[in-house]
Amino acid sequence: MMPQSNVLVIAPLRMEREAELRQLLGSMNREPGTADPRNALVPFAAFPQLHFARFVILADRTVGDLKKAYGVAAPDYPLSLAFIADFDGTADAFRADLARRAGAGLARIFSCCRDFAPGAHIAADIAAWMKARETPAATLYGTWRGRTVLQVHEENTLRLALQSHLQAKANSLREKRPAEVHAELRAFTQAEMRAGRLTLTPPPPTPLGWWLRNAAHFVFVPLLLLILTPLLILYLPFFLFQLRSREKSDPEIAPRVEACYEAELARIEDFDVTNQFTAMGSVKPGLFRRCTLAYLLWLLNWTTRHIYVRGQLARVGTIHFARWVFLNHKRRLLFASNYDGSLETYMDDFINKVGWGLNLVFSNGVGYPTTRWLILDGSKDEQKFKYFLRRHELPTNVWYKAYPGLTAFDLKRNTLIREGIERSSLSETELKQWVALF
Amino acid sequence: MGSAVLKEQTLPSAPNHAPVDYADVQGILRYGFAQMTEAVYLLLNVRDAEAARTWLAQAPVSTALERSPAPSTALQVAFTRQGLEALEVPAHVISGFSPEFLSGIAGDANRSRRLGDVGANAPSAWEWGAPGRVPHLVAMLFAEPGMLDGWMRSVRGAWFQQGFIEIGRLNTSNLGGREHFGFIDGISQPLPDWNRTRTVTVNGSQLQYGNLVCLGEFLLGYPNEYNRYTDRPLLDASDPASEELPDAEDEPGKKDLGKNGSYAVIRQLRQDVRAFWQYVDEATRAVHETGFVVAEAMVGRELEGGAPLAPLCAHSIAGVGASGSASKREQDVRLNQFDYTADADGTHCPFGAHIRRGNPRTADLPGNPSGIVSELIHQLGFGETNLHEDLAASVRFHRILRRGREYGPGLSPGEAMQPAPPGDPERGLHFIALNANIERQFEFAQNAWIAGTKFDGLTEESDPLLGNRAPVEGDPFTNSFSMPQAGKLRRRILEMPQFTTMRGGAYFFLPGIRALKYLAEAKGA
Repeated sequence: MMPQSNVLVIAPLRMEREAELRQLLGSMNREPGTADPRNALVPFAAFPQLHFARFVILADRTVGDLKKAYGVAAPDYPLSLAFIADFDGTADAFRADLARRAGAGLARIFSCCRDFAPGAHIAADIAAWMKARETPAATLYGTWRGRTVLQVHEENTLRLALQSHLQAKANSLREKRPAEVHAELRAFTQAEMRAGRLTLTPPPPTPLGWWLRNAAHFVFVPLLLLILTPLLILYLPFFLFQLRSREKSDPEIAPRVEACYEAELARIEDFDVTNQFTAMGSVKPGLFRRCTLAYLLWLLNWTTRHIYVRGQLARVGTIHFARWVFLNHKRRLLFASNYDGSLETYMDDFINKVGWGLNLVFSNGVGYPTTRWLILDGSKDEQKFKYFLRRHELPTNVWYKAYPGLTAFDLKRNTLIREGIERSSLSETELKQWVALF
Repeated sequence: MGSAVLKEQTLPSAPNHAPVDYADVQGILRYGFAQMTEAVYLLLNVRDAEAARTWLAQAPVSTALERSPAPSTALQVAFTRQGLEALEVPAHVISGFSPEFLSGIAGDANRSRRLGDVGANAPSAWEWGAPGRVPHLVAMLFAEPGMLDGWMRSVRGAWFQQGFIEIGRLNTSNLGGREHFGFIDGISQPLPDWNRTRTVTVNGSQLQYGNLVCLGEFLLGYPNEYNRYTDRPLLDASDPASEELPDAEDEPGKKDLGKNGSYAVIRQLRQDVRAFWQYVDEATRAVHETGFVVAEAMVGRELEGGAPLAPLCAHSIAGVGASGSASKREQDVRLNQFDYTADADGTHCPFGAHIRRGNPRTADLPGNPSGIVSELIHQLGFGETNLHEDLAASVRFHRILRRGREYGPGLSPGEAMQPAPPGDPERGLHFIALNANIERQFEFAQNAWIAGTKFDGLTEESDPLLGNRAPVEGDPFTNSFSMPQAGKLRRRILEMPQFTTMRGGAYFFLPGIRALKYLAEAKGA
C-alpha cells in the first residue's frame, strides 16, 4: 500500500505583485477557478501521483472580527499565497518532481512571494524553498488510505469496461445467478488484462518506515490519553466551567454575506461533481480556546488517520481530502476540503450528519454561532452557520482534481468492484452485494 | 447527538403556539383548489405603480379560511424582486428577503448549473423569466368549470388595466388529476403542521421518516424544522407603514413582513409525451418486459392507481392519512404509508425512480437505531448495513408543497406512439413549489436529488422524467436508468432522451394578506 501524503506551502506575498499573481493564477484556469490540467505554468495532469491541488490567496476578510468581538487588535497578518497538494508517495519525492518538471512556472508564481530567490539549481532551490514554508495540518483526512491516482483511474476504467460488457451480454446474463455473473466478469477481466486492454496494478508494498510510524501513532495517542485520564478527569469540572462561561458570553458574528462576495464564490463552483472549499478565521483569544482546539484536532487526527480510512468521515461520505491547519502560532485556522455536490448539500450534510463535530472544532473560532457544551446548538442554527461558513470562505484561485466526474462514492464503489473481481470465491451474501454494485 | 439525555433549549418566544391566522394566509398554501379545475396565471409587469398599488389594495385575494359553501373562484398574487422594486417598496425592506429570491431563478450562472438549467434548459432559450424578462408579479386565477372567463373579467378592473401590462399568460388544462405522462399527479405532499403541535428540538434527531412538517418550512414567521425562524424582512415597529403587519414571534418590537407568506417557485416544463412513450415502448421490449413495467419503474408508482412500487409499512407514518375525509385518509395510507427501509436494495422501486429522487423518505439517522448506544454508533458513522443507507438523509429539511397544473391537451400512451402531426400543440406542467427557504428546499431537491447524476450512489443517470441528460466531464453519459433486480443483475436502459424542457420560471414572494396590504401602500422611503 502506497500511503498518501500532502504539502501545504504558505508564503507571504510582495504586496506590489498581488495583482500580477492573481492574473497569473487566473491564466492557469479553464473555467473560473478550475485549472486547465495542462496549463503552461503547472501542468497538473503531468503528475500522475497528484490527486488534488490548489493555489489560494489567503485574503482573510474577517481579521477585524477579533477587535469587534473581544476588543483585541489583530496582528497585521501579511497577505499570503497557499499551495496545497494531496498526492501518492512522499512529500520529498513530490516536491522534487514538481520542481523539476514545473520549475519555470512555479518560479513565476513564487516570485510574487517575499524572499523567493532561487539560485543556479533552480529545481532543488524551489523544492527547498517550498519545504521551508510548509505547515503541517493539525488534522488531515483522506477518503481512502492508500488508494492511488493510478488505482482510481484503473478501477474506473475497469468499471466502465464491465458495464459495457454487461450491456452487451444483457440478454444472456439477465437470468443468471450472481455467482455466474461474477464468474463471467472475472473471466472477461482476465481476458482483457491478458490482451492488455485492462490493467489492475497490484498495490506496492507498504514502506516499512511508514508502517512503523503509523503503528506507533496508533498506540501512542490512546496510551497518552490513558496516562492523562486521571488529570483530565480532575480538570474536567474546571474545563466545563471555563467552557460554559465563555460560551455564554462569546459574541456571534454571522451576518449574511454581501451579494457580490457570494457571487464571487459561486462563480467558481459546480463545474464538476466535486467542489473545493477554503476558509479561514481567527481562533478565539486566550489559551483556553487555543489549547482546546489543538487538543480536539489532535484527537480528531487520530481518528482520521486510523479509523476513518475507508470512505467516510463519521457519517459524511462526500469528502475526498480535507485539512485543518493552524497558522500564526495557533492564532488562526485554515480549513480546506474537496467535497462532492454543491455547497448547499455540503453544508446540509455537515449540519445534519456531523453538526456536533463541526461545533467541537469551529466553535473555537471567533464569531461562531453560540454552542452549548461544545457540541450542542452552533451549527444547528442553520442559517447563521451557513452565513458564518460563507463569510469565512475564500475564493480558491486555482483548483485541480485528477479525476473529474467521479465522486468519493464512485471511487468507493469502483474499489469494491475491483476487490470483488480479484477474489475467486465470494459467499452468497457477498455475491449479491457485489452484483448490486453495477 | 444525545437527544435523549440532554435537556433541550426552547426558543424564548412566548406565543410559540399561537394559532395560525388563516385570514392572513393566501389560500393556495392550504388548499390546492382542486374543485376549481380551470386556472390561468397572468404574468404581469407594473406599468403605473400608483394604479397597480390601488388594484392590489382592493384585489379579492383568497385566504386560507375554511368557507362553507366552498368558494368557486380564487385569486392569488405573488411578486418577484423586480415587482417589489416596481411597486417602490423601500430597498432596505427588499434586501431582507432571501438571497436566492433577490438573485432570481435565472439570475446567476452558478444557480443555473445547480438547477440543471443548462443546454436545452438554459434561460437564454426560455419564453419568460430569463434576465430582462422576469415578470413583476403573477396573478393566479382559479375557477370552477365555465367560470374562469367571468372571474377574469371581474378581477381585471380599470385599475388593473392601468396598472399592469400582461407580458405572458400561462393557461392550464385539466387532465382529471393526471399529469401528461399519464400518472396521477400530486399524490404525495408534506402535511404542514397547521395546528402547531409538532415539536422539534434544535439538537434532536428524528429517527423515523415523517410527513408532518413544521409550518415554518412553508410559511415564513414560524419555527422551521431546525426550530428556528427563517430569515425574512422584519420592520421596525416605529415605521408607521408597518403598523398593520403582524408582530414577529421571535423578535419583540419587530413587525414581520414575511409572516404567513411563502416563496413560490414557478417552472414551466414542456413535456415531450410522444418521446416519452416511444422511448419507453422500446426500452420495455429491450428488457423483455411488457405493459407499463418500465414506465412505472421510472416513476416509482403504478400507472393506473398510483400505488407505490415500494412496499407499504405496517406502522403508521406521522402526517400520512392524517387529514381530510375518511376515504381520503384511507387512500393516503394506501398511497403514502411507506418509506424505503423495506426496499433498501431498490429492487421494488429503483433508487433513481422519480418519486424516490423527489423524496427519498429518510429520517435523520439510518438503520432505525433504538437506544442511546445504537444512536451513538450511527452518529459516528458505524453500523451501516447498506451502501446506500446514509447517502440521502434528513429529508425533512428539503420538503416542498407542490401546486402545479398541467397545460396543453392530453395525449394517451396509445396516441403518443403516433408521430406528431404538424402544429402539435405544446404540453407540459406549470410546476409550482411553495417553501420558506428556496435554497434549502426547492433548490436542494432539484439540485441534489432530481438533476444530480450522483444521487444516492447512482452515476450516469439523472431523474428519468426531468433530467437534462447534460454531459458530465469524466462520465461517459448521463442518460441511463438502472433497475435493481432481486438476486440478479440490474437492468439498465440507455440513451434516454430529454423528456422535459424548461420554458420559463421565476422565484416569487407570496405575501400574507396583511403583507400584501403593506406592499400596496409602502411607497418610497
